[in-house]
Amino acid sequence: MLAYEFMRTAFMAAFLVSLVCGPVGWFLVLRGQSFASHALAHVGFAGAAAALLAGLPALAGFGGGAVLGGVAMGLAGQRALGRDVVIGLVLSLALGVGALCLHFLTRSAGAATSLLFGDILGISPATLWGLTGLSLLCLSGLVVLARPLLFASLQPDVAEARGVSLRLLDVLFLSLVALATAECAQITGVLLVFTLMIAPAAASLRLGFGPMTGMAAAAVLALAEAWAGLALSWQTGWPAIFWIAALGCTAFAASSLLSRLCAGRDAVFLRTP
Amino acid sequence: MTWQANAPPSILEACDLSIVRDGRRILDSVSFSIPTGHFVAVLGGNGAGKTTLFRAILGLDAPSHGGVRVAGHPTRPGQSAIGYMPQSRQMVAGQISGWHMVASALRGQRWGLPWHTPQARAQVNAALAAVDAQGLATRPVASLSGGERQRLLLAQSLLDSPRLLLLDEPLASLDPARMRQTARRIHDLARQRGLTVLISTHDINPLEGFMDSVLYLAHGKALLGSVDEVMTTPALSALYGAPVEVVRAQGRLFVVAEGGGDTLHACDCTGHAD
Repeated sequence: MLAYEFMRTAFMAAFLVSLVCGPVGWFLVLRGQSFASHALAHVGFAGAAAALLAGLPALAGFGGGAVLGGVAMGLAGQRALGRDVVIGLVLSLALGVGALCLHFLTRSAGAATSLLFGDILGISPATLWGLTGLSLLCLSGLVVLARPLLFASLQPDVAEARGVSLRLLDVLFLSLVALATAECAQITGVLLVFTLMIAPAAASLRLGFGPMTGMAAAAVLALAEAWAGLALSWQTGWPAIFWIAALGCTAFAASSLLSRLCAGRDAVFLRTP
Repeated sequence: MTWQANAPPSILEACDLSIVRDGRRILDSVSFSIPTGHFVAVLGGNGAGKTTLFRAILGLDAPSHGGVRVAGHPTRPGQSAIGYMPQSRQMVAGQISGWHMVASALRGQRWGLPWHTPQARAQVNAALAAVDAQGLATRPVASLSGGERQRLLLAQSLLDSPRLLLLDEPLASLDPARMRQTARRIHDLARQRGLTVLISTHDINPLEGFMDSVLYLAHGKALLGSVDEVMTTPALSALYGAPVEVVRAQGRLFVVAEGGGDTLHACDCTGHAD
């Protein structure tokens, strides 16, 4: 399986993406913003389609579009996010614009499928470098943001009183989510960003880990699901994304069951110092 | 305010403080001075400006006029002299344990990873121990009762060894016996540590015997004094600008408005287990 260049590239890409999706997803689930990644993926889709039309790499367009969307969401704040009609309309518009761009593109059918459902086996070595850069950027951003972000997520009022700018953190975090989403969509596609971003993180949170362990566990779980998905895809010939989605749901269900069994008792794996 | 002439130096001063929000004047030229070490009940009906006053003290709501001084300096957000316990809100992130919930507030404003040194962990454990919340440390926050979450929030407010505690409705959502117990806990903590405490509440009675003074807010005005000075029919009628009656029944205080308006519902429960 690893004798082939494209499989090695796929495993490497899955590694780079999981490393970022786990911790970023952990914060998304913690903050109850899971759908932000879904929404940003839609906005990124429009950006990617536009980039393809302009002859630029899809990843660059995806990242650019998603970051613009993330900053706008952060600035608009909780008020705008609460309006489901507005969100729905913005997402429809983004998908519509993406469809229009693809319409003008001659090889639109293949591009649309790989954007929407991901194309992990088709990742080029150049894209791999792009992913490496993005992963480093996201992880270093998270290393700087994690502490105040955790504080602001758990106790916003107290954080504000301590001088934390909630708005600034929102914008920075959503930009980070946008970049992570752009990476994630290379593997899972626009429509299935949840599978790597949210499912492992939600499972990790269910297990009651502390923040640092929880983020690490989410990354490990994402990596395990992505690699197992690739291996199963190799064995069965079915798309990797199907296996990743199925494994993500299974892991989440298993961790829910585990936490249910231990309900009423202390958090399952929690270690307080 | 002549009563403060011989008082100990004040840790908190509001001078001509006015706050306007959405065109409404919530605080209107409020001036008071809280002596260090006092245990102050902040009273007032819904919307009387208790939370707004706290936010102004924290430096979060900019006054349209006047200002607040904490320990002699103009207030600003992020000063560690103030411990703040916000009104409990809807819970997010219930999967996180009580310990991590409290620990997130310890120097949580710094950039970096949420990683804690052994000293920092000891600080968190000490804060939990101060409110008898060690047993809540390993439980997910979602599994805790309202009162237990309040205790975690109280522990969190003690983390940086503050000199002034602002507690926003810490007795809300507690049953009467727990109200009294919580009030005693806060009072004892304040005594031991020499803290000045502002505690906002709808109901003055659970604080009976613990308060050094009352800060009563109504119609944008504030009245500060001892319980006996403030909780009288003439004093509150003057503050409300309308006839208000202070009734003492079975050792408990009730404020009754004649003809509606901004009524303070002094108590809607009976019998404090003490």
